[in-house]
Amino acid sequence: MTLAQAPHGFLSPAGVEIAFLLVGLLTLGAALVTVTTRQLVHAALWLVVALGGLAVEYLLLTAEFIAWVQVLIYVGSVVVLLLFGLMLTKAPIGRSPDADSGNRWAALTVAVASAVALVWVVVDAFRTTWIDLDGPAAGTTEVTGASLFRHWVLPFEALSVLLLAALVGAIVLSRKAKADAEGEGDGKAGADGKAKADALPAAPGKEGAR
Amino acid sequence: MHLAYPAVLSALLFCTGLYGVLARRNAILVLMSVELMLNAVNLNLVAFDVWLSRTARETLHSGQALTLFTIAIAAAEIGIGLAIVLAVYRNRGTSDIDKLRDTAEGPDAEGPDGDHPAAEKAEATA
Amino acid sequence: MTTTTLAVLVPLLPFLGAAAGLLLGRTAPGFVRPLAVLPPLASLVLAVLVAARQGGGTAVDAHTELTPTGSVPIELALHIDGFAALVAVLVACVAACVQIYSTGYLRDDPRYPSYAALVSLFTSAMLLVVYSGDLIVLLVGWEVMGICSYFLVGHYWETPEARAASLKAFLVTKLGDVPFLIGLFALAGDAGSFRLTRILGAVTSGGIDHPTPVALLLLAGVAGKSAQFPLHTWLPDAMAGPTPVSALIHAATMVAAGVYFIARLLPLFEASRAAMVVLAVMAAVTMAGSALAALAQDDIKRVLAYSTVGQLGYMTGALAVGDRGAAVFHLLTHGAFKALLFLAAGVVIHAAGTNSLAAMSRMRGLRDRVPDAYWTMTVALLALAAIPPFSGFFSKESVLGAAEHVTQGHTGHAPGAAGWIVLVAGLLTALLTAAYAARLWLLAFRGRGTEAPDHGRQPLTMTVVLWVLAIPSLALGGLAYRLLPDWFDGRDLTPTLLTSILGTGLALVGGLLTYGAWQRGTALAARPPLGAVAAHPEADAGLVEAEAIATHRPAYGDIAYAPDPADPGRLLLGPLHRPAAAGFHLDAVYEALFVRPVRAGASLVRFLDREVVDTYVRGAAALPRLLGAAVRRAQTGNVQTYVSALLAGTVVLAVAVLLVATGA
Repeated sequence: MTLAQAPHGFLSPAGVEIAFLLVGLLTLGAALVTVTTRQLVHAALWLVVALGGLAVEYLLLTAEFIAWVQVLIYVGSVVVLLLFGLMLTKAPIGRSPDADSGNRWAALTVAVASAVALVWVVVDAFRTTWIDLDGPAAGTTEVTGASLFRHWVLPFEALSVLLLAALVGAIVLSRKAKADAEGEGDGKAGADGKAKADALPAAPGKEGAR
Repeated sequence: MHLAYPAVLSALLFCTGLYGVLARRNAILVLMSVELMLNAVNLNLVAFDVWLSRTARETLHSGQALTLFTIAIAAAEIGIGLAIVLAVYRNRGTSDIDKLRDTAEGPDAEGPDGDHPAAEKAEATA
Repeated sequence: MTTTTLAVLVPLLPFLGAAAGLLLGRTAPGFVRPLAVLPPLASLVLAVLVAARQGGGTAVDAHTELTPTGSVPIELALHIDGFAALVAVLVACVAACVQIYSTGYLRDDPRYPSYAALVSLFTSAMLLVVYSGDLIVLLVGWEVMGICSYFLVGHYWETPEARAASLKAFLVTKLGDVPFLIGLFALAGDAGSFRLTRILGAVTSGGIDHPTPVALLLLAGVAGKSAQFPLHTWLPDAMAGPTPVSALIHAATMVAAGVYFIARLLPLFEASRAAMVVLAVMAAVTMAGSALAALAQDDIKRVLAYSTVGQLGYMTGALAVGDRGAAVFHLLTHGAFKALLFLAAGVVIHAAGTNSLAAMSRMRGLRDRVPDAYWTMTVALLALAAIPPFSGFFSKESVLGAAEHVTQGHTGHAPGAAGWIVLVAGLLTALLTAAYAARLWLLAFRGRGTEAPDHGRQPLTMTVVLWVLAIPSLALGGLAYRLLPDWFDGRDLTPTLLTSILGTGLALVGGLLTYGAWQRGTALAARPPLGAVAAHPEADAGLVEAEAIATHRPAYGDIAYAPDPADPGRLLLGPLHRPAAAGFHLDAVYEALFVRPVRAGASLVRFLDREVVDTYVRGAAALPRLLGAAVRRAQTGNVQTYVSALLAGTVVLAVAVLLVATGA
């Protein structure tokens, strides 16, 4: 058993591990910048970096289909959607001094505490566990498709119902807001943009499901 | 590859997202942080799926299937979330989370705290 | 209809009238007067019918048990003997007169509907007491009278005197009612029944174990209700009510109830010699003291009130010597002439615009303004002073005769000492009664000074009633003393020669003394007039009276006293005048003995409650409030703060679970 042999030390990394570590550091750094930067648009762009880094990590873990879905949906549409949202809410371009709320020290405490606890538990539990990445890839499109449409058909269809519900919900929200906004004068432009923005989430949702 | 690498990365990403959710003021930035947390979970799922499909001969690939589901649901969530944020913005003129404090007692409701003892004293003397 | 049905209708009709009056008083004002007057008149007719059918023969007894009570049964019972039949006639008669009089006296009063209904209820309660054959039912009527007197005495509740007087009347009578209630229960416990006939049967067969305590407890209630010393103080103050109410309370209903109650249960009292002696002493102190006080009062109604107390003393005196026939005889005649006196006094007060005798004595020609009141009041005062052949003479002589009979010692039912006490006090009181009656008459109708104001003729309803009542005041005694023994116990009520000469002679002496004193004082009366005349002399009589009572204290500094040097009472009483005017300062004694300690206790309790108990309460409230303030500070409305706290808690819990799970 690979577990019993456990010849692999932390100090003698293989090439794929080095790549994983480097990309992981890049991802983590991008994520940290995302949650700390004062420029809101930059946060969205650094989020692209983080999500793309994660896609690379999926590739390194031989889950290629997931990686491409990640790139398509997250980098391709979710971030675009978020940027639309930022624009529609008239988020300031440039440094905004109040990007963080007064809660940040409590948030930092909680986050650091949970990070310590989680890392401690994870390392304690899995420090000797080894993933064997050789052999046939675990996440090729063929394998994933086979399992998805053989074993996961029912949840898959249920998910499509959920997406339909989300679609209808988004439309209802935007229509109601539109009716309200018509009473006002200046809310018109926002309502128009909103309708466009709401048309988007359904498409990536469907796409992601496929 | 050590399982600890993706697991630790996932934990750290999750906590980064957590910090963002708790500390960011703009609602859209909070949504971004939520995406970070979801992705951290996805990374975990994929890593364990890869590990289990080899060591435990697990053929369902449940981790990857669930990852796909999570991505789809996250997309739906971000759509609905943005719609809500925009509606709030249109109604309130702001998308700052710490300005949405309708659940708190308003400043007028703080009156009893100030004059309550006086009122009670008047009652007692009556 | 059977006699029982008639007898049930007698108290029921005024009760229904009262209920209808209270219900319809606002919505249908046109019905108020018929509803007030007709039920007492119908009751009078029915009571006369009942009396005619009963005819002094065997008592009518009827009873029905409503529901089993488990222990001593409580029954709705009638017991109508000669006493009950005649007293009911008197009550209904006076009540009808008072209701008719009130339609004129309070014709513009906005609260007349409720007033008339309460008078009807009062009458109904008294009739219930009179006819009831069960002590619990009697107690119901007894207490209803108490609450009605509270409302009626406080009819002018705008004035502080009326408020104080109604409270005092209620509290003092209730003070007597507490021992009365205990006594009733003790009596029923001994006799095994509340039925009058059974109790009297138990008394004759010696079934009552402790007659003395029971009799003394009952006596306390009677003293409160019948205004006997030392619980009489409420009665003079009750004059703050309207005059017809005073007539009703004093003549026929409330104060008569106590005397009537003892008369019904006299065998029980006779079983205890101590109770009889106490009764005699109480009667003697009451009649002598009240006669002295009456001589010094300035308010015409307070004079009459003290005279009521004194005449009630005669009745209890008659009971103390074991002659209830004489007591009820005096009750009947007194009811007639005292009602007349009060109603006539109401007319006089209205005409004079004041209730002060000192002010009246400075008015010339008052009698020409109110000739009806003048003549009827003269008759009634002569009856009060027991001058033959007026009715008061016969009844009072029957009392004195009974007392004299007992002093000779050949009676088993009453101790000789009681006879002596009652006889001496009664003779002394006869002198004083005549004196204050003469003083009242002289001051009110023989005034000298400015012409009395003319407010026109009095309403017909008020004057007719006076003449109606003048007939029994004049003739009842002389006609009835031969007939009444058939209705009562059969004992002779004819005046004896010795007491008649003594009593009449003393009364004449009293009257002449007063006249002499009054003549001497006329020179002093020529001084500038002092008087408090009501501001609205043309208004209806009730309003004039209320204003007169309200202005008496500001004008003279006291409600019962006037600094009048020409007052014959001042000459006769000498140094006793001031204490007598104040009721021998009994109120001050009560004030010092009871009111102040109770008030001090109340303020102590108030202090303890407010400063000590409430401190605990406030302290108990302070800690939660502090905690609440702290928790409220955390409740900022910021969702992120909430989620932070939630997750922090989760982390702490997870770490704790981990530590426990790993055994660390």
